Amino acid sequence: MDAFQNTITEGVQTAAYQQAQAKTIPVASLKRQYFYDLLFRNTTGFFAFLVLLLLLGIIASLVWGGWLSIKTFGFGFFASSAWNPVTGEFGAIVPIYGTLITSFIALLIGVPVSFGIALFLTELAPAWLRRPLGTAIELLAGIPSIIYGMWGLFVFAPIFADHVQPWLIDNFGTLPVAGFLFRGAPQGIGVLTAGIILSIMIIPFIASVMRDVFELVPSLLKESAYGLGATTWEVMRHVVLPYTRVGVMGGILLGLGRALGETMAVTFVIGNAHRLNFSLFAPGNSIASALANEFTEAVEDIYSSALIELGLILFFITFCVLALSKILLLRLSRMEGKQA
Amino acid sequence: MTGLYRKRRIINAFNLAVSMLAVLFGLFWLAWILWTLVYAGIGAIDITLFTKMTPPPGSDGGLLNAISGSLIMSALATLIGTPIGVLAGTYLAEFGQRGWLGAATRFINDILLSAPSIVIGLFIYAVYVVQLKHFSGWAGTFALSLLVIPVVLKTTENMLRLVPNTLREAAAALGAPQWRMVTMITWRAARAGIITGILLAVARISGETAPLLFTALNNQFWSANMNAPMANLPVVIFQFAMSPYADWQQLAWGGALLITFAVLGLNILARVVFREKNPLK
Repeated sequence: MDAFQNTITEGVQTAAYQQAQAKTIPVASLKRQYFYDLLFRNTTGFFAFLVLLLLLGIIASLVWGGWLSIKTFGFGFFASSAWNPVTGEFGAIVPIYGTLITSFIALLIGVPVSFGIALFLTELAPAWLRRPLGTAIELLAGIPSIIYGMWGLFVFAPIFADHVQPWLIDNFGTLPVAGFLFRGAPQGIGVLTAGIILSIMIIPFIASVMRDVFELVPSLLKESAYGLGATTWEVMRHVVLPYTRVGVMGGILLGLGRALGETMAVTFVIGNAHRLNFSLFAPGNSIASALANEFTEAVEDIYSSALIELGLILFFITFCVLALSKILLLRLSRMEGKQA
Repeated sequence: MTGLYRKRRIINAFNLAVSMLAVLFGLFWLAWILWTLVYAGIGAIDITLFTKMTPPPGSDGGLLNAISGSLIMSALATLIGTPIGVLAGTYLAEFGQRGWLGAATRFINDILLSAPSIVIGLFIYAVYVVQLKHFSGWAGTFALSLLVIPVVLKTTENMLRLVPNTLREAAAALGAPQWRMVTMITWRAARAGIITGILLAVARISGETAPLLFTALNNQFWSANMNAPMANLPVVIFQFAMSPYADWQQLAWGGALLITFAVLGLNILARVVFREKNPLK
């Protein structure tokens, strides 16, 4: 606090000193200061506006770059699973399917785990353990995605192929309806592996939002429930969760937005095959990994244009998901504001 | 009633145990990944890693050009992105409470914060690389600086908002014009928080691969020419790891170890700075 006081007094003193020096303030000086103020406000405002322009610029450049493909394929782009650089036929179904299914798997694993982590860190962990544990979980978000990819390809995938996939094939491959998901050769790489690695990557994001919103719940509410004899789980399930539902959804969508656009980790392990295959063990492709793998090799105009259109689709989907997430989180904080 | 009570207690104990397992689940992956990096990468860490260029397959070499390229581009990107982020964040916190610009920028910035970084690469490719017709270190720098802006903007705004209004009023009462008030009072008060944001931004861009793939590309040789393709650690790791050569893969693990500990170190440093030096929290 001392350092703080010092910086502040320093600043205030300098201003006061200059005032005292001036004694009476000439009109010219006032005008000059008014001009500086205007300049300062407009400069900062300009840079804020620049951020908006950046968004428009991204959209415009992607539409521009993908225009040839949009014009050539039209809506058929979304209905075709072709991907043939030689004949110049391109369709978006395979990468879109791969993006969605890997993100879905990631949520399926990531959401319950994140909820458990947030529950433990807000309700159960002793105070001295919260910070180190919370930091450790957040470090998962700090590991660069290329590292997840390397680790996934060289360490996780072989173990997964040798020990987990055969078991899954034996036990789930024969299921009447969902069995087709678990058939195929245990190669290690593929859609399921990509989804699992994505889930590890999004856990810190979802858990962090959940933690923040759980801490918004007024203690009064929780204590009332405890007073009535509720267990910790019941307080969580019937008081905290209903109260923070909007924020929890926001957190999940944030994780989804992250998973959809994740590039390098998926590129390493998804297998990069432009074939539509509904088995979770089959190699597939996602929008981001198609871009990462093929963009520098795409010399024909229509090829690179199709890839840019894929980028546009990806940006559009993540934009919608993230915007929705933001709206939900804003609604929660507004609700909070009303009560305070 | 005791039966019901017991059932509730059992459910409670079970779910709490599961939540503990969830934490262990998270820590398990962290430990496993870090262990893998140390185990596979430590063999590549020696003096040649920092003194020699990236080699052709089968011969001896290091990562000097990639390390220096990454350092140059990250440093320049931070230098470009930080002022933009700080000034825009200042607008949001000090002037943008009312009006559409503040609200719109805040909303869009939060989306850009999580937008796929590969799309940023595409954007720079379209507006810079295509126009100049060659990949370059500058293109990579610009792509990275676009990733710096949202992080710095957000932390700057949040930190400035923590500055008590009484300080602003004190400055105003002394007759300080607004620009003086911001530069001499609120920025100073929020300094530690803003530095935290910059450190987090540096940590984020140091490991980014996707936006560099088709902007900076890669360069096997030493190059300090910002207008030519530039070697950088993440893309070298990507290419070497995907290659069939054992010595390249070994170098990739060494680079991976280096980059991860640098990024995690920056993350932890940012937290320490925030906790120790920030008077506002």
